[in-house]
Order: sequence, then C-alpha cells, then structure tokens
Amino acid sequence: MRLMETVGQWLDDRLQVGATLRETAEHPVPRETASWFYVFGSAAFVVFMLQIVTGIMLALIYVPSAGEAWNSLQTLNHSVALGWFIRALHGWGSEFMVAIVLIHMVQVILFGAYKYPRELTWMVGVLLLLVTLGMAFTGQVLRFDQDAYWGLGIGASIASRVPVLGPQIVNLMLGGPIIAGATLSRFFALHVFVIPGLLIAFVAVHLLMVIKLGINEWPMPGRVVRKATYLKDYHELTKRDGIPFVPSAVWKDLFFSGFILLSIAACAFYFGPFGPSGRPDPTIIQTAPRPDFFFLWLYALLSLLPPSMETPALLVGPVVVLFALLLLPFIFGEGEKSWRRRPIAVLSILVVAVSLGTFTHLSGYTPWSPVMDAWSSTPIPPQYLRNRSALERQGALVFQVKQCHNCHALDNQGGKRGPALDSVAVLLTHDQLIRQVIQGGGNMPAYGKNLSPAETTALVAFLETLRPAGQPAAQDTSRGVAPAPDRGAPSTQP
Amino acid sequence: MTLPEGLKRRDFLMKMGLLFNGIVAAILAVPIVRYLMSPVARARKGHYDSWLSLGKLREFPVGQTRLAIYQNPVVNPWDGDTADIPCWVRNVDGQQFQVFAINCAHLGCPVRWFPQSSLFMCPCHGGVYYQDGSRASGPPERGLFQYHHKVENGELFIKAGEIPTPGSAANIISITPGLPRCV
Repeated sequence: MRLMETVGQWLDDRLQVGATLRETAEHPVPRETASWFYVFGSAAFVVFMLQIVTGIMLALIYVPSAGEAWNSLQTLNHSVALGWFIRALHGWGSEFMVAIVLIHMVQVILFGAYKYPRELTWMVGVLLLLVTLGMAFTGQVLRFDQDAYWGLGIGASIASRVPVLGPQIVNLMLGGPIIAGATLSRFFALHVFVIPGLLIAFVAVHLLMVIKLGINEWPMPGRVVRKATYLKDYHELTKRDGIPFVPSAVWKDLFFSGFILLSIAACAFYFGPFGPSGRPDPTIIQTAPRPDFFFLWLYALLSLLPPSMETPALLVGPVVVLFALLLLPFIFGEGEKSWRRRPIAVLSILVVAVSLGTFTHLSGYTPWSPVMDAWSSTPIPPQYLRNRSALERQGALVFQVKQCHNCHALDNQGGKRGPALDSVAVLLTHDQLIRQVIQGGGNMPAYGKNLSPAETTALVAFLETLRPAGQPAAQDTSRGVAPAPDRGAPSTQP
Repeated sequence: MTLPEGLKRRDFLMKMGLLFNGIVAAILAVPIVRYLMSPVARARKGHYDSWLSLGKLREFPVGQTRLAIYQNPVVNPWDGDTADIPCWVRNVDGQQFQVFAINCAHLGCPVRWFPQSSLFMCPCHGGVYYQDGSRASGPPERGLFQYHHKVENGELFIKAGEIPTPGSAANIISITPGLPRCV
C-alpha cells in the first residue's frame, strides 16, 4: 500500500494530472441525475472499448484481401482457439453499440438534454450516430461473404443515382470499376483507421463538453430553459443539491456497463458469431442477400417505396434527416424539457420507432421477395388437388412449373409478392382470370407469351377451383342477359 | 497594440513559418489527392471496359438463355472469387444475341433466369423481367442492363468491366420496352 502511494506520488509529481482528474471525477452533478436513465452514454463508451479490444484481436488473424478474407474468417471460426467467441463478441458488440447509441439518443430527446447550452454536444452526438452506423456497415463488408458482396453492389447502385457525379462516386467507393480486391482494402482502411479515428475524436469532444457544461439536470415540468438564466440556475442547482459524480452517480454507470458487457458475452456465447455466409463468389447466384439487423428497415423501405420516389428518397431523405437532427437544438433550444410537456417530441419518437420497428419486422419474412424455389420445393396442398378433374390437376402442374407459386401463396405456403390465391375464384370470373394470366398487370408479369393456349386453359381451370367451401364463384352478371356461347372450357362449377 | 521590435520580428517569422508549411502542404496535397482520385482518373477510367470473350457460339443454343462467366478486365491476383463475373446470354434466333448484366436494375442483386416461365426474377425486392430483358413488374424503373456484344470467328464478345448501376448505364444499352410482345 505504502509502495503504491509512493509510486503514485512519484508519477503525479511528473505528470501533474492527479488534481485535475480528482476534481473532474468528483465534480458535483444534480442529485436526480444519479439515475438509471443516465447510464446509456457511458455504456456506449464501454461497448466501444470492447469493440476496440476485440477488433485488434481479430486483426491478428483476419486477412483484408478479397481472395483470403473469407478463408481467414473460417480459420477464426474453426481453427483458432476461441476465435469464434472473439468474432461473436465483436459482432454482438456492434449490435449492442448501435442499440445503446439509439436508446441514448431517445433518452436525450425525451429529457430535452439537447437544449441550450448543450447544442454542440448534441450535434457531435449526431455525428457519433453516423460514424457508429458507418462502423456497422463497413464491418459488415469486412465479413466478406455473399451478403457483403451484394451489399456492396446495392451500395454502388444507390451511390450511382447521385446526379452527374454518381459513376465517379461508385468508382471511388469500389476503388475501381467493380467490386474486387481494392474494394475490401479500402473498406478495411475505413473500418480500422478512418472511422475509428473520427469516433475517438468525436467521443473526446462529446465527453469534454459533458464535463464542461455539466450533465443535463432532471427535467421538471414547468422548469423552463431560458438562455438568460439557465447557466446561473444550473450552477445554483448543483451547488444547492449536487452530489459528487464519483462515487454517488458513477456506481449505476458501472453496474449497467457491466451488465451490458455480460449480456454481449452471453449472446456471443449462446448465439455465436455472425456468418460468414457463402463465399463471396459472384458466380454463385443462388443467393438472397440480406443486410444486417440495423439496416433491415432500409431493405424494407426500398421495396415498398414507389419506384419514382426511390431516388429522391435515397438521395434527399438522409440529407433532410441529418439537417433536421443537427438543427433540432437551434429550433427548440429553449422552453420545457420535461417529456410531460412535450407531446410532439414524444409522438415523433413513437412514430419513428413504430415505423422502423414495422419495417424491420417486415424484413423478417420479406413479403416483397419471390420465394425463388417455391415452384420446385413447395408442393400444392393436397386438399387443393382432391377430387379434381385431370384438366384441373394439369393446371396445378402449370401453376408449379411456371413459377406462379414463387409469388402466390396457397394455404400460406409459397411467395407473398402477389396476393394469396386460396379464394381467387370468388373474386375473379373465368374471363377475368384469363385476362389476368395473359396480360398480367397490377405488378404481375404478363404470361401471354409464355403459356400455350392449352396451358392457359388448364391453369385457369385450376384457379377456378380455388374458393372456400360454401362461397359461390364469381359470376359475370351479363351472362344471365346474353346467352352464353360455348367457350370450350369445361365448367368447374358444381 | 504595438509589439516590441524583437517580438514583431518573431511574430513575422512565425507567420512566414506557417505560410511555408502551408505551401509544403499544398505541394504534398497534389500527389495525395491524385492518389486518392486514381480510380476516377481519366487515364485509368478509359480502360475499365474492354472486349471480352464469353466463349464459342455453340455454348449458347438457339432460343435459350444461359449463364456465362467472364473475368474482370481489370484484375489483381488478390481479387480471389470476385474476379469472375456472371452474365446472362440469350440467343434469340442464332443471329441475334442479347447479353444481360447479372445485376438487377433496381439495386444490383443477382437476377435468376427461369426458363419455364421465361422470366428473370430478383430475390431481393422482387423485380421481374421478361426474356428480352424488359421490365415486367416490381420496383425496377427500367429493364435489365445489356452489354454491347459482337460475334467474331464464332465467338461471342461483350464490352464489359464496370459494374452496371442505374447511374452508370452510359456504356450499356438501355432496353426500350418491347421487342413486340404479343398478348
């Protein structure tokens, strides 16, 4: 003990930081801020430390070469002792980091912490969100598998839509004309040097301002922020009702960070590392690329936006959102801080959260994607074939062979790109079915050229059997008026 | 405020020092920027596309659409699997060919050919194209990207190299909807 004190004193005589550190650690904070709501920033910081440590460990083995990266990930997963666990820690750490940064942001908005004088702290925080997402995307690319390869292609397709400069941006992003070795090398440089450097710098500024300006006081309804009086009020509050940050508030941060680290370790241990999925071989086209969790909402949005809206939404949307976030503290820099008096803030967060949640949820079963192998691997449910005529069964065959099942579900099996056809005969008459099959429309391709008349006849005969028991088939009301000519198609009505 | 003579001189020297460093930085910036911008340098960009063989014509039977693979014209030894790029070749009638990029015109995912229904389908967001590459349904705003091609000595060549994207389709034929599609 004596020795440690002596060494400590010797060091501090030369470094001369002890007093400053002690003063910083023990600076008074408003009593109510020693709260479980004020632990997310420090937790994000601790997870970032974990990412640095596990990232350096991965770099000991990982080979940032398009030809070798995938193999080196296999080595990490299977040959290096606990390599899989370090990969899993890094992967789950990234998911937790994005999540905690988002929660931190929501807390800051709800508590009005971005208001005067903490505008710059908030703006740097927005930049921290951006670089955190940048780390998540570039990290996904370093897991150089099929998803990464085609994900880069999607990135290139989006970047190429920038007016005039699009093609140049694509070349700069890919490091050449196409996704190849140079692409992975530059994403490695971004993920390991450039973005972490920015992240460390932004974190330093962010933290410095938290210490200089003081932590946001607990918002009270009626305690209104005014530029003229805020600083005086805040200092009075900390003087009157302050407690030293260390140890009175920090113990909650410590417990929460520890709990988060433990959760990451548990997820890593239980669920294991992310991928890699198939080799990044573009000639293997039997693949359905998917982004990582925090970009799934974008994946959903891109399939649900009307085509004409896409390019504006992709290019203008992010800029608008970014500027809205950066300008937030200048537009709403004063006034109430309490969420109880700020219904629009609460509502905005709810709308954004519900939208992102819904899009992410939809991405779980991608109703907009055809099920590429439904035609060959998802049979028609037997109840749809029982007691059917030869022609109708032939039609069922056409339904499978012509890949109708890829987009249309029967008994909830198959694609959901188009409507389910379990009761199509209730909705469409014989003639309407023929027209829809041959001409398509309503987001369905026209099959006119790809079906022989015999195939069309059989297919429509099968479709006409698709109605729930007890529900009548769709009727052409004009049939009763004009005598129906013999159409040649066999009647399937009972 | 007037500075004493010695300080004034040193202040001037400091400013000159800053200026000197600024000039050196500007000189160094030239190679650095050129290095960073090399992927779009005119000298290099002009050579991204070149004529590449997809193989003998007999590998592409009349009336069928087949997957063909070519190697990137700009290739490094460490490109690994990414050096090989697939594309779809359609032999229309033995005389006419169409060579489609593998990349969906929406966001670049790999489209798959279904000969039974004569459709290309994209697994990502559900873009669908007819056999002539024109858009059938889904989010794409246009048909599949088509490479320029030529036949020489019984071999099919395409002009390729750059990744086909919605914005960089300048070197790529755009498909006007309809080689007439009978209904």
